[in-house]
Amino acid sequence: MATPETGALAGAVLVYLFFFAVAPPFRDLSSLSTVLYVSSIYGIPALAVAMLMIGGEFDLSSGVAVVSSALLASMVSYELTANVWVGVALSLVAALGMGALNGYLVIRTGIPSFLVTLGSFFMLGGLNLAGTRLVTGSVATPSISDMDGFASAQAIFASNLDLGGVSLRITVLWWLLFAALATWALRRAPFGNWIFAVGGAPLSARAVGVPVRRVKIGLFMTVGFAAWFVGMHQLFAFDTVQSGEGVGKEFYYIIAAVVGGCLLTGGQGSAVGAVLGALIFGMTTQGIVYAGWNPDWFKFFVGALLLGVILLNAGVRRWQEARA
Amino acid sequence: MSAPLLRLTGVGKTYGAVRALAEVDLEVAAGEITCVLGDNGAGKSTLIKIIAGVHESDEGQVELGGEAVRLRSPRLAIECGVATVYQDLAIAPLMPVWANFFLGRELLKGRGPFQRMDIARMREIARSELAAMGIDGVDVERPIGGLSGGQRQCVAIARAIHFGAKVLILDEPTAALGVKQAGVVLRYVLAARARGLGVVFITHNPHHAYSVGDRFLLLQRGRSQGCFLKSEITLEDLTRRMAGGIELDELAHELENRGAPAARIAGA
Repeated sequence: MATPETGALAGAVLVYLFFFAVAPPFRDLSSLSTVLYVSSIYGIPALAVAMLMIGGEFDLSSGVAVVSSALLASMVSYELTANVWVGVALSLVAALGMGALNGYLVIRTGIPSFLVTLGSFFMLGGLNLAGTRLVTGSVATPSISDMDGFASAQAIFASNLDLGGVSLRITVLWWLLFAALATWALRRAPFGNWIFAVGGAPLSARAVGVPVRRVKIGLFMTVGFAAWFVGMHQLFAFDTVQSGEGVGKEFYYIIAAVVGGCLLTGGQGSAVGAVLGALIFGMTTQGIVYAGWNPDWFKFFVGALLLGVILLNAGVRRWQEARA
Repeated sequence: MSAPLLRLTGVGKTYGAVRALAEVDLEVAAGEITCVLGDNGAGKSTLIKIIAGVHESDEGQVELGGEAVRLRSPRLAIECGVATVYQDLAIAPLMPVWANFFLGRELLKGRGPFQRMDIARMREIARSELAAMGIDGVDVERPIGGLSGGQRQCVAIARAIHFGAKVLILDEPTAALGVKQAGVVLRYVLAARARGLGVVFITHNPHHAYSVGDRFLLLQRGRSQGCFLKSEITLEDLTRRMAGGIELDELAHELENRGAPAARIAGA
């Protein structure tokens, strides 16, 4: 019981039962598949963001970084008329580099990551719009679906699997695989121990010899990787990218992590929690549609959920402390 | 007699225009507790930082086991067998006791990509090391933040001993504790001495120092006011010197000579 994701589990069950009751189409297996797909698109970055938050930092640039990665991969491949994998690889390097830069600036300057990544959020957002306009003369990238390597990249990042008549997006499997890896890293690898330590007590961690800088930069790079991965999915699922997208998504990742039991101050949280947080998200987005409500209500529900789960978590924590 | 574990000769440190420490000598022998006493700003923390490798001294010499060394980083100091238990204890309150015990030095098992923490073994060692220090009944699975101040202090001491410290520096271990908890910690300080460590016990409480110490170094405004063996000084004398006793005597004397106002001040 003494786990940070207790609130998220209760929330997920409640949200599921709620939409199961009010939205008949929600009960279909195919709807579940869609819910999982939407959850995975939020869930993959949310895993990385959760690890970063356990490590005591924020990344506000993760939402636009998804789009930056997709734009870069697409435009590099298109302009060079190269195999799309060239763009994919370059984009990965850029995403990891951006993460490392965020981390380096945070550590070097001691300025809170909230501010540093607020800056990189706006810069990347502007770069997405201006760079795309400069290269393509438009607000979207041209289609790359007829280029070399597109099919194989699509198979990896954006294919559909047929499971006995129900179609499942491959991102769901990637999401679960990443969740397993993140759980392993947090619970079994020494690196995971260090993540909890640098988040909960950075000075203590340094004093006992934990490489605080390396851990934090590694976490920012993990977020970069996750953003890149989802960016690649979007590129190969839709084959063009809108340069203005992604703004605001970073909050969804953070909300999923917090709903999943991450402390804003670091030092606590789990990958399973982030999975549940993203699942609550996916269920809410799709549940509103299946219930036939106006999707305008989505943000209201998300906000209410966030508040509800935070209060629940705080209550559970107080109850556990009272018992301990 | 063999060389002491740690010897400082004429050590000094200047921060900008402030001379925080000057010409301090200190000796720590195995199985001995050396107490460093002084008021706030006396240079105690500067002295610790030099021994712990956080700052390097500008003057003087640091010897470990008879050999001159330069402790350029905390890591290097730890490798040389100098472990420091800071006031904040360097613990992560939300993490379990065992994870804190092994933080930064996790035990591993398995190979290659399957290499992972050996949690069962770490739990077991943490439990037995705490038991060896006489701390029973601590659930090593609990977040360390849930332990009492004295228990946390003891975990930090046990950790330092387990990882091969020869010199143990304790920075005000009893400062934030109540009478009973302080007593518990002092017992562990004695246990550390009994295990053959050289202990540097920093405090501004002469009673705590005198009850366990073998040697006393008094610091005032960055300078040594003398180093005494236990046989050379009484608790009263230590307390008086510690409290700036000589200065207080002078002040009282001065006030007496002025007559009536002194009585009012003394009464107030």
